[in-house]
Amino acid sequence: MTGSFGDLTTIWAFIIAFAVFAYVVMDGFDLGIGILFPTFEVGPERDRAMNSIAPVWDGNETWLVLGGGGLFAAFPLAYAVILPATYPLITAMLLGLVFRGVAFEYRWRDPNHRRYWDAAFTGGSLVAAMAQGMTLGALLQGIEVVDRAYAGSWFDWFTPYTLLTGLGTVAGYALLGATWLVWKLDGESQDHARTLAKRAAWATLVLMAGVSLYNVFLNADYAARWLTAPEIYFAAPVPILTGLIAVALLRALSVARHSKPFWLSIALFFFGMAGLGVTIWPNVVPPGITIWDAAAPERSQIFMLIGVAITMPLILAYTAWAYWVFRGKVGHEGYH
Amino acid sequence: MFDGLDALVLARIQFAFTVSFHFIFPAFSIGLASFLAVLEGLWLKTGKQLYLDLFKYWLKIFAIAFAMGVVSGIVMSYQFGTNWSVFSDVAGPVIGPLMAYEVLTAFFLEAGFLGVMLFGMERVGKKLHFAATLMVAVGTFISAFWILSVNSWMQTPTGYEIGANGQFLPGDSWWTIVFNPSFPYRLVHTVLAAYLTTAFVVGGVGAWHLLKDSANAHARKMFSMAMWMAALVVPVQIFAGDMHGLNTLEHQPQKVMAMEGHFESHPNGAPLILFGIPDSAEKRVKYAIEIPKASSLILKHDLNAPLAGLDTIPDDEEPPVGIVFWSFRIMVGLGFLMLGVGVWSLLARWRGKLYQWPWLHRAALVMGPSGFVAVIAGWITTEVGRQPYVVYNLLRTADAASPLDAPAVATSLLAFVLVYFTVFGAGVWYILHLMRKSPHTGEYGVKRGDKGPIRTAGITPGPTQDPSDQSRRDLSGSKHEPEDRP
Ligand code: HDD
Ligand code: HEM
Ligand code: HEM
Repeated sequence: MTGSFGDLTTIWAFIIAFAVFAYVVMDGFDLGIGILFPTFEVGPERDRAMNSIAPVWDGNETWLVLGGGGLFAAFPLAYAVILPATYPLITAMLLGLVFRGVAFEYRWRDPNHRRYWDAAFTGGSLVAAMAQGMTLGALLQGIEVVDRAYAGSWFDWFTPYTLLTGLGTVAGYALLGATWLVWKLDGESQDHARTLAKRAAWATLVLMAGVSLYNVFLNADYAARWLTAPEIYFAAPVPILTGLIAVALLRALSVARHSKPFWLSIALFFFGMAGLGVTIWPNVVPPGITIWDAAAPERSQIFMLIGVAITMPLILAYTAWAYWVFRGKVGHEGYH
Repeated sequence: MFDGLDALVLARIQFAFTVSFHFIFPAFSIGLASFLAVLEGLWLKTGKQLYLDLFKYWLKIFAIAFAMGVVSGIVMSYQFGTNWSVFSDVAGPVIGPLMAYEVLTAFFLEAGFLGVMLFGMERVGKKLHFAATLMVAVGTFISAFWILSVNSWMQTPTGYEIGANGQFLPGDSWWTIVFNPSFPYRLVHTVLAAYLTTAFVVGGVGAWHLLKDSANAHARKMFSMAMWMAALVVPVQIFAGDMHGLNTLEHQPQKVMAMEGHFESHPNGAPLILFGIPDSAEKRVKYAIEIPKASSLILKHDLNAPLAGLDTIPDDEEPPVGIVFWSFRIMVGLGFLMLGVGVWSLLARWRGKLYQWPWLHRAALVMGPSGFVAVIAGWITTEVGRQPYVVYNLLRTADAASPLDAPAVATSLLAFVLVYFTVFGAGVWYILHLMRKSPHTGEYGVKRGDKGPIRTAGITPGPTQDPSDQSRRDLSGSKHEPEDRP
């Protein structure tokens, strides 16, 4: 089974990619704030950081359900292979999300144990971010499949490469979280966030570069894609633009900008994902399963596409509205 | 801890454990979301402070229950892939799209408006806020719609074709898939169950506060509203359950045989076994207390109608009888106890003593958690009764599992058990703590901590957490409680 650009399966691949991207940037900044939480002063600084995401985190996390559920619906075989292959990672991620999700409510309920729920918030965010990054790495390094089922052992996902992708994701989320706070806070807290953002930006860039180099050596296929003509003409703009954005980001962080660093971090993630796309296309599970192998039948794809076409504009509209309602700096008194 | 169990059994235990935990929260929050919408609507219509107080009181509880529902739900949506990968691959083309519709039409709706519902009253004004509350309530219903359609399709599959690679593929019409034969019954019965679960929780809390102070106007209102639900909806639910059972008899006869404990066939009128101890090895119900021919009357509306028993079913297609038999009786028994409370409350109301009969209040208090038990018992009946199949008569549970090693599943199961009991245990404790406080005038939405205002009450970094703020004062009435620490 093969196909071309522009068929239904390709459209679905882009929809899933969009959901994953939306998840990564939106829940990315929530998780990033969780990761950085211990560096915030107990008291108002923590409360403000938390309040800046409390009204939106649930909506952000829903993109994860769409990414997973969409994969299940549009590429059932991929879903059925990737999840058993990364079983311990997925379990860890889910449990991490349990802890961080309830911490939003619990920490206000019980001041005596607030420390513990703050720790749960950080621990949960960190575990979830690491597990997501390692899952990505496990996918990129390839999954062994026999007869439509995962055929590896239950520790194949644990390699130096996946550790690197995991750390990269943690750093990237921390960058998103810190730049979000630069935007939403003011005064000393904002300066603090800016310092954190600079460090996270450097860490992210170094790890991104590391993962990219590793990719080229990991797999001859990937190398060919990035280093030979004519592929290189499509691929080359990605690292070049990424480099330009990195420079702009570091500059925006050294002057007193508010929202710009956040948008630039998102752009950085966007090109990171574009790079991934170039690397694995048209596989959904490297090395052997293409998107067309894994695709659900046309009837399923069309049925869902109708749903997406109708609901997605509405979802984007009311999500934007919800962000708009809580716009502006988070003051000491909550929202102003 | 789980030595000697194979990966399949462990995966089944894990699924049953996590879904049962998950379902506890939606069972409560589906009903509570609607209850909150009603309270806010009444407040907008009448302008009475009392309704706003009750709204705020239950909103804090809702926030916690909802958060637990969300995080436990995400676990569910990934578990199909982690533990039941063969099922996911094979059934994905049919049920995947329905679950995608659930995300698109329900989860985003709930999550998108939840922030405004919890924190946004002062930012968007009353009307828009009410709209947000309604959206969340509607979202919970749509969520139930899709997931129950999925579950029902697995119970009574229709509208599919089998593909060359063994997958279930959608047939011509999605309509036949979504509205499969058991879906309408299951939807009605489960959504009513969620309303009743909430009604009995609200009634129980109201009763508790009435026992302490029968003049508490807030407690009176809660209790009265809940008892109306009990009196009016329980009979409907019993009727719906009966219809559901008839539908099951048509499509899943061996499940009904297990529920009824009919090991043997009864060619001229089957007895209704009230109690007894089913013994699958000896294939009979020991110590049975039975009403002759009553089962035929209920199921066939004819005293002498023949009913087939499990003796007509090959052994390897029988569900485990004991579990199904007992869980069904627990649910039905609780249904009739609920009916009793409803009738009793009508009597008290008629006598003008609704708030003065402590024994009624005690009964309502004891029945507070009954909805949860009934709901879980009902699901056990449904799910265990369809075994050994996961897609009824087509795919066996044993053939649906992921190729995982037992230690991997045992480890994750252990982790889920530990985390769920700790985390959700804490959440339930916080909810109980909130319920223990009596609802009062000027119920806070936000409180003031000593280190600057904090978002309290499980809700709100409202825009104006400063109690001196005028707009807020107008909304909530009068005084603000200082933070009382547990
Ligand atoms: C408050 C909750 C509640 C109460 C009081 C009842 N039920 Fe129920 N019942 C449920 C909550 C529930 C449920 C959780 O909603 C189930 C599980 C799955 C489903 O479809 O509905 C269910 C399943 C269920 C089934 C299994 C359907 C199947 O084959 O899948 C039957 C036959 C009944 N119920 C019948 C009754 C009867 C005759 C009741 C009268 C007293 C009753 N239920 C009370
Ligand atoms: C789609 C919605 C589903 C819901 C809401 C649901 C709900 C439930 C509930 C409440 C139970 C009873 C728990 C108990 O026994 O203590 C249960 C049991 C079970 N479920 Fe489901 N379930 C669903 C789908 C599935 C799927 C997809 C599978 C497997 C592929 C599955 C397999 C099982 C098994 C194996 C049990 C245990 C039954 C036994 O003891 O033999 N269910 N489910
Ligand atoms: C195996 C079955 C199930 C799966 C995979 C599942 C999945 C999920 C997921 C992913 C969420 C979180 C959504 C978010 O991010 O906002 C959720 C929440 C929810 N689910 Fe489930 N669910 C299952 C069973 C059920 C059943 C049987 C019902 C109702 C009849 C239900 C009703 C809800 C509702 C109302 C919510 C919103 C949160 C809440 O009210 O607690 N779910 N579910």
